[in-house]
Amino acid sequence: MADIVLDHVTKRFPDGRLAVDDANLSIADGEFVILVGPSGCGKSTTLNMIAGLEDISSGELRIGGKVVNDLAPKDRDIAMVFQSYALYPHMSVRKNMGFALSLAKRPKEEIDRLVEEAARVLDLTEHLDRRPAQLSGGQRQRVAMGRAIVRSPKAFLMDEPLSNLDAKLRVQMRTEVSRIQNRFGTTMVYVTHDQTEAMTLGDRVAVLRSGRIQQVGTPTELYGRPATVFVAGFIGSPAMNFVPATVEEGELRTPLGAIVPDERQRRLLDGWTGAAADRRSLIVGARPEHFEDAALEQAKDCPGLRFTVTVDVLERLGSDSFAYFTLAGGQARTADLEELAHDAGTVELSGKAEQVVARLDAASRIREGEKAELWLDVHQLHLFDPDTGRNLDAPATA
Amino acid sequence: MTTVTSAPAAGPAAARARRPSRDRTALLGWSAANLVIVGMSLVPLLWLVSLSFKTPASITDGSFIPQEWTFENYREIFGESLFTRALLNSLGIALISTALAVVLGSMAAYAIARLEFPGKRLLVGLALLIAMFPQISLVSPLFNLWRQIGIFDTWLGLIIPYLTFSLPLAIYTLSAFFREIPWDLEKAAQVDGATPRQAFLRVIAPLAAPGMVTTAILVFIFCWNDFLFAISLTSTEQSRTVPAAIAFFTGASQFAQPIGSIAAAAVVITIPIIVFVLLFQRRIVAGLTSGAVKG
Repeated sequence: MADIVLDHVTKRFPDGRLAVDDANLSIADGEFVILVGPSGCGKSTTLNMIAGLEDISSGELRIGGKVVNDLAPKDRDIAMVFQSYALYPHMSVRKNMGFALSLAKRPKEEIDRLVEEAARVLDLTEHLDRRPAQLSGGQRQRVAMGRAIVRSPKAFLMDEPLSNLDAKLRVQMRTEVSRIQNRFGTTMVYVTHDQTEAMTLGDRVAVLRSGRIQQVGTPTELYGRPATVFVAGFIGSPAMNFVPATVEEGELRTPLGAIVPDERQRRLLDGWTGAAADRRSLIVGARPEHFEDAALEQAKDCPGLRFTVTVDVLERLGSDSFAYFTLAGGQARTADLEELAHDAGTVELSGKAEQVVARLDAASRIREGEKAELWLDVHQLHLFDPDTGRNLDAPATA
Repeated sequence: MTTVTSAPAAGPAAARARRPSRDRTALLGWSAANLVIVGMSLVPLLWLVSLSFKTPASITDGSFIPQEWTFENYREIFGESLFTRALLNSLGIALISTALAVVLGSMAAYAIARLEFPGKRLLVGLALLIAMFPQISLVSPLFNLWRQIGIFDTWLGLIIPYLTFSLPLAIYTLSAFFREIPWDLEKAAQVDGATPRQAFLRVIAPLAAPGMVTTAILVFIFCWNDFLFAISLTSTEQSRTVPAAIAFFTGASQFAQPIGSIAAAAVVITIPIIVFVLLFQRRIVAGLTSGAVKG
């Protein structure tokens, strides 16, 4: 077991493309850290550099206090689970799991004991003598995990280990991963593009975008205090709504209506460098759950913004409902949001108007295609600088 | 030969359940076509076998089945060092060339499939160019060169040109096989603690085995069949291979035609090829990589 420190690590490919740009991340011993981001953000490259499968262009990587930049993967004592599982097809499950130990020239009895122990933990005992081709997807995935835990390495590296499983199995294996990490207490770095996995699994999450670490924090921190528009839009499902706003006469004018800033927001606006430069436009972010049906008890008499819209689509999930509506009055635009739309594949879908989603209580009587009055908790709003994409309330560290 | 006949037969058999009447004609058509092709390729071979069992007197009697069976031709060729020594040369030279071609070819093919290095395209292009080169154009320069440096009429003198022409073939077939093997397997082996050498020997090579066997068979047949280099670059029994040695056969007397012995020798040198192919047929077809990654 060991801690892993990335100290100004940069990866530049021979063709000049910058895959990872000045990454700083310190992973404590026994910590479970998730690297999350859209495809091509450099998260897998980062993991490969930790594993030693990619060279580090500049910066320093330390595992257990030792600089390992120039060590071959075999000398780093880390185990990795691949997205494709990468099981050796010509070996039985037993041989697959014991391969690393047999390379390390451990005695045969010890290998057998360790493999059988790991097989018991992963419920693979009866499959030990089968070939990977004879196993189901979920079983192959467990063999891949088994191959990693058999060795008791300094750290586990996981490269989207669950993305090839179907939805139900993925949820099941997600708890399995947590269980394994709790049981062995080994440092784990886990790469995923799925923000739900990131939020549910990690002690801490690092959000990457185009090779740069945007923010590192606990899931709660990332959700509650996203440092940038990108993090705010990436974390959470359905995603945060963004609407353009202008500051006029001390009010925030948005397509939803005029909002009078509260104490906290006023302080942020006063401290904003953009205000000094006499710029007036902002991006306002609102999570779906901060909306409510204005007719309901929870929202009645509460201070907040009330507005009337036509609900285009209403999805009833039983526990709550999602109401989708569009707002005239322009779209919030920044490079961050465009990249998010690209990643989600919704570039063509989004028209001129802003699509907003609100999560309402299941008791709501709102119907599709009808006008409805909604309420928004304005205290919960996030304010972003449209040029830098940064949250005015960004944590100082990020 | 066996795969040619059995492969199309599987298609109509599977389809028969669906449309009986149309499939019967299709089956008949396929069978007829197969019979014609198999017949065309087998008749000369069977004729050769028949000739090898005939007595010198009945060689020209034109009957397909020998009137009078004899093993005299076989006894005769195995009694002569001209043939037995040539058989030994053929086996030795072909096996050594095959082994070298597969080992060197795997290394080169692995590098071509996995690594980016300067001059890679040039190397692949050159290999292809050599494979296209007319062999006859090399014979006279090699003849002179080999005599100058003293490897004329030696095993080495034949192994070198065989490698020249079989390596491009080996590199091409093998790199196609290596490209099929998921790169993740090698990364996994490295993370599991393997040196590049161990990763190659214990993970990549076993998976590429079908490719290596296929390559080995192709190279072996090429070396075994070669007549051009064998006749030009040898002069004595020391290194003359069977195809060349057959040309030196003489009849029992000065006036007898050596047709019977030639036929017997031809049958004998066909046997190793048949054994080779039958032995490894299954390995060539087996898709070993199934189940390596998510299927």
